[in-house]
Amino acid sequence: MSEAKVLIPDSAFVPAASAAAQAEPELPRALSFLEDSWRKLRKNKAAVVTLALLIIITTLAFLAPVLAPFDPNEQHLAHKNLPPKWPGVSLNGLNGTSEFRGRRIDAYALAKVQEDQYYLLGTDEFGRDLLSRCLWGTRISLTIAFIAAVLDLTIGISYGLFSAMKGGRVDNAMQRALEILSGIPSLVLVVLMLLVFQPGIASIILAMVISSWIPMARVVRAEALKTKQMEYVQAARALGASEVKIALGHILPNISGIVIVRAMFSIPSAIFFETFLSFLGVGMRIPNASIGTLLNGGYKVFRLYPYQMFIPAAILCVIMLSFNLFADGLRDVFDPKMKE
Amino acid sequence: MNRWIPYIAKRLFYMALTLFIIITATFFLMNFLPGTPFNNQDRLSASQLEMLNKKYGFDQPLFSRYLNYLGNILHGDFGISLQFSDQKITTLLGQRMGPSIQLGLQAVLFGTVVGVFLGMIAAMHQNRGLDVFCSLFAITGRSVPNFVVAVLLQYLFAITLKWLPIGLWDEGFRSTILPTLALSISPMAESCRFIRTEMVEVLSSDYIELARAKGMSEIRIAFSHGLRNALIPLITVLGPMTVSLMTGSLVVENIFAVPGIGEQFTKSILSNDYYTIMAVTILFSALLVTVIFLTDILYQLIDPRVRVEGQA
Repeated sequence: MSEAKVLIPDSAFVPAASAAAQAEPELPRALSFLEDSWRKLRKNKAAVVTLALLIIITTLAFLAPVLAPFDPNEQHLAHKNLPPKWPGVSLNGLNGTSEFRGRRIDAYALAKVQEDQYYLLGTDEFGRDLLSRCLWGTRISLTIAFIAAVLDLTIGISYGLFSAMKGGRVDNAMQRALEILSGIPSLVLVVLMLLVFQPGIASIILAMVISSWIPMARVVRAEALKTKQMEYVQAARALGASEVKIALGHILPNISGIVIVRAMFSIPSAIFFETFLSFLGVGMRIPNASIGTLLNGGYKVFRLYPYQMFIPAAILCVIMLSFNLFADGLRDVFDPKMKE
Repeated sequence: MNRWIPYIAKRLFYMALTLFIIITATFFLMNFLPGTPFNNQDRLSASQLEMLNKKYGFDQPLFSRYLNYLGNILHGDFGISLQFSDQKITTLLGQRMGPSIQLGLQAVLFGTVVGVFLGMIAAMHQNRGLDVFCSLFAITGRSVPNFVVAVLLQYLFAITLKWLPIGLWDEGFRSTILPTLALSISPMAESCRFIRTEMVEVLSSDYIELARAKGMSEIRIAFSHGLRNALIPLITVLGPMTVSLMTGSLVVENIFAVPGIGEQFTKSILSNDYYTIMAVTILFSALLVTVIFLTDILYQLIDPRVRVEGQA
């Protein structure tokens, strides 16, 4: 092999590729924060499914004024306690019959309801349509939860950031204050607050926020303290950026992932508080529907008309599960190290 | 031992301060409550009202009532209930402590034992069917409020199947089963999730590899190495969990008509029984503060890696 002089024909040679073609292929555009998060989130099936569910539920709830077949507070005493009835379905439980002394009777015929009138989820003890009440109730409960979460976020971030940026004595005093506040059991505090305020949506939100912003403030402070040591923050300071600019422009964006996760967890806990308070009888006032009042109303009659309690209970479970699973998914995306 | 003294003194001071602020805040809050504790106030004549106010001390200036109240609390006297013809609150609540404590302990015990077991199974079968099942169970337990669980259990086991009493406290252990189950859901879910994360971490460490290499069985590894190391951090969540269970039992006690503190609290709320509301609030806060304090101490004693601040 060594002595062989290989003759290569000219035809085997091709011109070298031009410089332009040899240059590195153009890098894909850097992903934005949102795109990157979405890409990671998509891998978590549970999070995607629950996100879809949440979007559907929220849309349905906020379209309640359009979708609800009846006025949620309108009473038809003649049509009270009717079981669910679906057009064309003859399954027990969905055909408008109820059990009475071991026999099935047609509750709709008994109440002289028109043939073509259907209450898809039945009616309550005042003859109000449960479907309409559930839609409106979910709307109110979700509204309360969203507003409470936003307030938690605002107060928690302001307090936490301020405490972390000031540092020293101010920080110390602010943390001691938090420690004292967190010594009060939140359920008891919320109940006390509601006793003092006039009943209504605003009071419920206010009572909840009084105790629920504390964990948010703690998380924000801890993260901000860590971020404060970063080189880019020092660089910003060296360039003469003001403390406010550093806090809002440099630190806040870099801790936003953790903040978003916490905010997502505070929504289901707000829903829990609302249902708890209304179930206890100090929350929403009649006749307004919320998931809590629906549960409360259903509980009063559930030995006779169990569907009146099962339906709101099921709605509550689906919403709570979805928010928790979705928040879990978000946590895996934004904050894989956090265990909790 | 000396290093503990300043630490404990500091903590005790903050505990006292916390309680003092809570007592003050509840006292003044109660005075802004709408409504009065007297039934049918409209039908009472002015002189009757004056007599009642005098009897309960409502005629004195707010601040002197406050000082009085503080002094009485220091002597362990929470005043008299306005709801039950002049019963002392300490005796009233004393009678009701028993059922609440029993329920709380039973629920925490049952919940954590089952939860730890489920968490262990989940960690040993990481990312397989059993793990998914346990994790799903844990997140359901965390999501569904305990009063909803209570109502569903009551419907299923007491009303439909008639296996267990619907409520009341008159059948001994049998009447404690359903409320205990309902209350144990959240400690079960919490400890399951907690143990799972801890064990997954422990099981991937080198000494577990060594144990495997020695030929130890998976079950023995899980129990004698994995669980032991995963249990320590559980202590930190166990204490606050117990307290939140006691406050959370407000509604559950109501549903099963358990004569406990929670049920008394709901009754007092609905009847404007100021002094009882305040007493229960203070009681719950004191419990929470004490439990957090004890947990911190216990944790430092057990886990040598955690140290009192200011010590190398």
